Amino acid sequence: MAEMDTSGGGHHKKGPGVKKGKKLSTRVDLTPMVDLGFLLITFFIFTTTMSQPTAMRLALPDDKVKPEDQNKIKQSGALTILLGKDNNIFYYEGELAPDASNFKTSNFKDIRDEIMTKKQQADTNLVVVIKPNDESTYKNFIDILDEMSISVVKRYAVVDISDVEDQLIKKTEGGQ
Amino acid sequence: MGRPKIARKSTAIDMTAMCDVAFLLLSFFILTTKFKPSEAVPINTPTSVANKIAPETNILMISLNKDGKAFLSFGDSKSDRDKKTDMIKSMNSNHSLGLTDNEVAALVKAPFIGVPIAQLKQQADLQMQGKELTGENSPGIPCQDTANNQMIEWIRAAVDAYKGEKMNLILKGDNVAKYPVFKNILTAFKKNEQFKFQMVTNPVSVPSGTELYKLNLSGKADE
Repeated sequence: MAEMDTSGGGHHKKGPGVKKGKKLSTRVDLTPMVDLGFLLITFFIFTTTMSQPTAMRLALPDDKVKPEDQNKIKQSGALTILLGKDNNIFYYEGELAPDASNFKTSNFKDIRDEIMTKKQQADTNLVVVIKPNDESTYKNFIDILDEMSISVVKRYAVVDISDVEDQLIKKTEGGQ
Repeated sequence: MGRPKIARKSTAIDMTAMCDVAFLLLSFFILTTKFKPSEAVPINTPTSVANKIAPETNILMISLNKDGKAFLSFGDSKSDRDKKTDMIKSMNSNHSLGLTDNEVAALVKAPFIGVPIAQLKQQADLQMQGKELTGENSPGIPCQDTANNQMIEWIRAAVDAYKGEKMNLILKGDNVAKYPVFKNILTAFKKNEQFKFQMVTNPVSVPSGTELYKLNLSGKADE
């Protein structure tokens, strides 16, 4: 079998001073350089801030406004949403019945459908009253405000929770 | 040998073009990268569909971390720093804290104010010694209960320092911060007649099929 001897002739002597007889290739393999390049790219991709944090506006009502001057809410258009701990949501329409028969439970996925249903029902009379209790988190609050903006609810209010409602929440949560 | 030998072609690809593309992308990212400022107070903000960018000048930022501690920080521009100096000086005189000018300057350089007013001198001293306070080891501005709400005084000092100019009040709260502290901060705003403020959130896209999505598609003017 023919054999190619590529080991390079070390025993050729072309002339005085010339060591190498065989010409070596000058081509450089660039693959590792590309690897390095992509590594640096991924580093910069992960440390660059391309998405700026956005800001959500909130306007607070002036507490000094007298109750008579405030707009009256029509009971038929009112939806009250209560926020409890562990991302629990409770809601009722209109006024809270004395026997709490209209006190319903929900979660963050279903509440959007509820708001939409109520919105179709009440149309321009829709007012959403949000009452977070002391165990709810900031995230719950922001998520509910987000739902207001997703469902384009123009009138909503944030109110302190009453004792009756707080007791009701604790009872319902304690039972779960 | 009987078998005809297939002419072997080289399988080495010329990587020069790939290298060019890689370095072009790299230069793009080097030039456009802005390193995220390592936050002194790590906070995970909730997400929202709001699309207005958070302002960066003339801001008064109240950070609420997961333990319910409140911190006050300011923008980095010169006018923000001047207002911060005015505010600290007025706090100094109102409460006779006895801060020297060096201490005031040290407080202005600090990334945030996170101690009750009585301990401002200590925060300044620590700052001057080079031991900056972090979110973990500072107690935060007290606003946990309605009786001792020091945030009211800080906001009042801010309103005075701004003297009628537009102040961007922003609140950066952590996901798991509980509601009562947030309510006390809102009370501090209301008591100082600041009724408009903004909350920093991470942007998410509007869920498809919802009212807002349809409105955005039909190109309504944003409120």
